Amino acid sequence: MPELNTSSLPDLIFSILFFFMIVVTMREVELKVRFTIPAGTELEKLEKKSAVSYIYVGPPTQQYRSALGTGTRIQLNDRFAEPAEVMDFIAEERTKMYDQTAQVVSLKVDQNTQMGIVTDIKQVLRKSWALKINYSSTKRN
Amino acid sequence: MAKGKRKVPGINASSTADISFILLIFFLVTTSMDSDKGLARRLPPPPEDEQQDAEIDVKERNVLQVMVNSAGNIMCGGEFIDITQLCEKAKEFVKNENNSPLLPEKHNKEIPLLGNCVVTDKHVISVQTDRGTSYNVYYQVQNELVRAYNELRNELSLAKFGRVYDMLDDEHQAAIREYYPQKISEAEPKNYGGNK
Repeated sequence: MPELNTSSLPDLIFSILFFFMIVVTMREVELKVRFTIPAGTELEKLEKKSAVSYIYVGPPTQQYRSALGTGTRIQLNDRFAEPAEVMDFIAEERTKMYDQTAQVVSLKVDQNTQMGIVTDIKQVLRKSWALKINYSSTKRN
Repeated sequence: MAKGKRKVPGINASSTADISFILLIFFLVTTSMDSDKGLARRLPPPPEDEQQDAEIDVKERNVLQVMVNSAGNIMCGGEFIDITQLCEKAKEFVKNENNSPLLPEKHNKEIPLLGNCVVTDKHVISVQTDRGTSYNVYYQVQNELVRAYNELRNELSLAKFGRVYDMLDDEHQAAIREYYPQKISEAEPKNYGGNK
């Protein structure tokens, strides 16, 4: 039996590689806050990744701790922010979206955060009419 | 030096596959394909003015008060409960099977695909937290309440349509949602510090 011509094996691998490059999302944001999200049972997947805005809430990571202490901070995309700035952030994110009515805000909040700051964020979200939110969490049970 | 033309051997291309394997493994390791999951919620629209945020008059029997203080204790309907009991209490409240006068009022409602039903359409589950309450406790409370609604909807779906809620088409799902609408209201957290 003639031997298999293996000179095009790399091309096969390249095609799988291109598939991965197109399908997956690389983490664009450098996390400046550390968080452990809670675990729940009634989870829903985030459809339409392109229509999702992320808000991270938690204590700053090691390198920022010296500058900002250990209080809970909000991170929007890649910078720290205060609750009032969230409104502009949401408006900005919305203009970048193709389908503006489907905007979902994913809240990645550390478990031990106090509700005060989360409620402030939610009030600002209400005022910005970003009513679809998703509390990011892992699955348990 | 006069040398004859030397034949330079061609590059051995048998290891280009290895290079592409390395790139592939790099991408597999550094990226994530799993979609983000979480508890999906819908916020109420913003109040037109500050007054609207105040509570509308509802009968006491129609409201289930769930309060969480900064220590993480949960009080439901006036008594302290454990998180595991919250789901049952919420289900019992929303369903009001025996039309008890202590639980929400039931009214007739015409729902397409389900016919004339008796539903607790005026019920409200009110969640109140303290500013110092831990997010995890709040999240677990929300999780249990959503679980209560999901279980009630599944039970109804199995009884009426013979399939679980997720397997239904949009029309049927809308009918079940109209039978058991999610009415969870969240009040402005107070700063009590202790028990509320």
